[in-house]
Amino acid sequence: MKHYEVEILDAKTREKLCFLDKVEPQATIAEIKNLFTKTHPQWYPARQSLRLDPKGKSLKDEDILQKLPVGTTATLYFRDLGAQISWVTVFLTEYAGPLFIYLLFYFRVPFLYGHKYDFTSSRHSVVHLACICHSFHYVKRLLETLFVHRFSHGTMPLRNIFKNCTYYWGFAAWMAYYINHPLYTPPTYGAQQVKLALAIFVICQLGNFSIHMALRDLRPAGSKTRKIPYPTKNPFTWLFLLVSCPNYTYEVGSWIGFAIMTQCLPVALFSLVGFTQMTIWAKGKHRSYLKEFRDYPPLRMPIVPFLL
Amino acid sequence: MVRFYMEKGTHRGLYKSIQKTLKFFQTFALLEIVHCLIGIVPTSVLVTGVQVSSRIFMVWLVTHSIKPIQNEESVVLFLVSWTVTEITRYSFYTFSLLNHLPYFIKWARYNFFIILYPVGVAGELLTIYAALPYVKKTGMFSIRLPNKYNVSFDYYYFLLITMASYIPLFPQLYFHMLRQRRKVLHGEAVVEKDE
Repeated sequence: MKHYEVEILDAKTREKLCFLDKVEPQATIAEIKNLFTKTHPQWYPARQSLRLDPKGKSLKDEDILQKLPVGTTATLYFRDLGAQISWVTVFLTEYAGPLFIYLLFYFRVPFLYGHKYDFTSSRHSVVHLACICHSFHYVKRLLETLFVHRFSHGTMPLRNIFKNCTYYWGFAAWMAYYINHPLYTPPTYGAQQVKLALAIFVICQLGNFSIHMALRDLRPAGSKTRKIPYPTKNPFTWLFLLVSCPNYTYEVGSWIGFAIMTQCLPVALFSLVGFTQMTIWAKGKHRSYLKEFRDYPPLRMPIVPFLL
Repeated sequence: MVRFYMEKGTHRGLYKSIQKTLKFFQTFALLEIVHCLIGIVPTSVLVTGVQVSSRIFMVWLVTHSIKPIQNEESVVLFLVSWTVTEITRYSFYTFSLLNHLPYFIKWARYNFFIILYPVGVAGELLTIYAALPYVKKTGMFSIRLPNKYNVSFDYYYFLLITMASYIPLFPQLYFHMLRQRRKVLHGEAVVEKDE
């Protein structure tokens, strides 16, 4: 069996960083990354981007050396992706914040409102309902992160945690401040409005969870396979007939429900910003599906049935 | 502006006489953002956006809306700075498009800002600072609780935050211009040496 030689060059300076001889032909990129870390311990595998061309796409961890268009001496280019942090860590941190912060405002902890309001309770039932819904939402997200989601990538750049936490924690504090304020004004159409909003919220939360479970079942544990999602026996998944990312559709729906329930402008703004971001993600996902699968259902739109 | 000063011997009333022209041209600058968006100008949308937004903010949300500060000296400070900058900048663009750019215009465009930019910023900050007491007293542009949309906005604190934002933003824009200057002016000097 012929062994390969692998030389790793810096993608920007073309400097020779590492030379590996006697590499197995069936070695994966993941194994090569591990070998590279031995000579440069500060660049752990999650930080490495190896590619065949300095300006090309990153090679995947599962790619096998023998199957790549290289001679027996392969030249790979290395790019440092910067400090990395695991997706699970980021999700847990960014979701635990809003859960905790909202409760601080709900219980009117000192220094948030005037001293005469410390530890008082709102006299509006909708405020208590809103706290239950908001808390439920984030507890659900935390549990899904721990037990449901199967992530394609292990890590993301470290700076993302600061950006993401500022967004989630900032908006949570802003919303919570007004909803739990002593001068809060309940919805104009009273109990009717709250009941309708609660129905929307609950349906969308169930829908969102159903989609997460359906996506999880598409992918066996520990794998990174991608398949076209289809509706299952669960009626909430029938939205897959019309939309590529119904989880995002249901998520926006939940927040619209919450906005109607609380009649609070900051909540509506949060929903709008979230919708914008999720639309960008949905369009990207939709495009990848179309590129990867020839037989992708043509009726589907990225996030809003028939429209967007 | 010079003519006004020489005739009246004071800067008071200056704003009143030039305000229509100022508002017209500064608002028109929104077009510059559009030019970047559609790609006919190579500058970044973000840099131009910040620049034009700060002008629109000063003209409409500060000087136009807060009448008591219109006769402040700080207003003259930023008006002069903006005026000289714009004359230089637009001359530069015009001559570049005509493919006949006198070196002096290029030199001015990439050197005047070194003084004008900080002077303009000082004028803007001093003007906002002068406006603060009036904003606090009148509660203008603010929404208070309770209201049926459960939101509030305090223009006074908004102005304070805006002033604070000059601290990270100004150096970034200033160094961006300095880097452009080095590229354009000294890049040429290097080329000439080779020849």
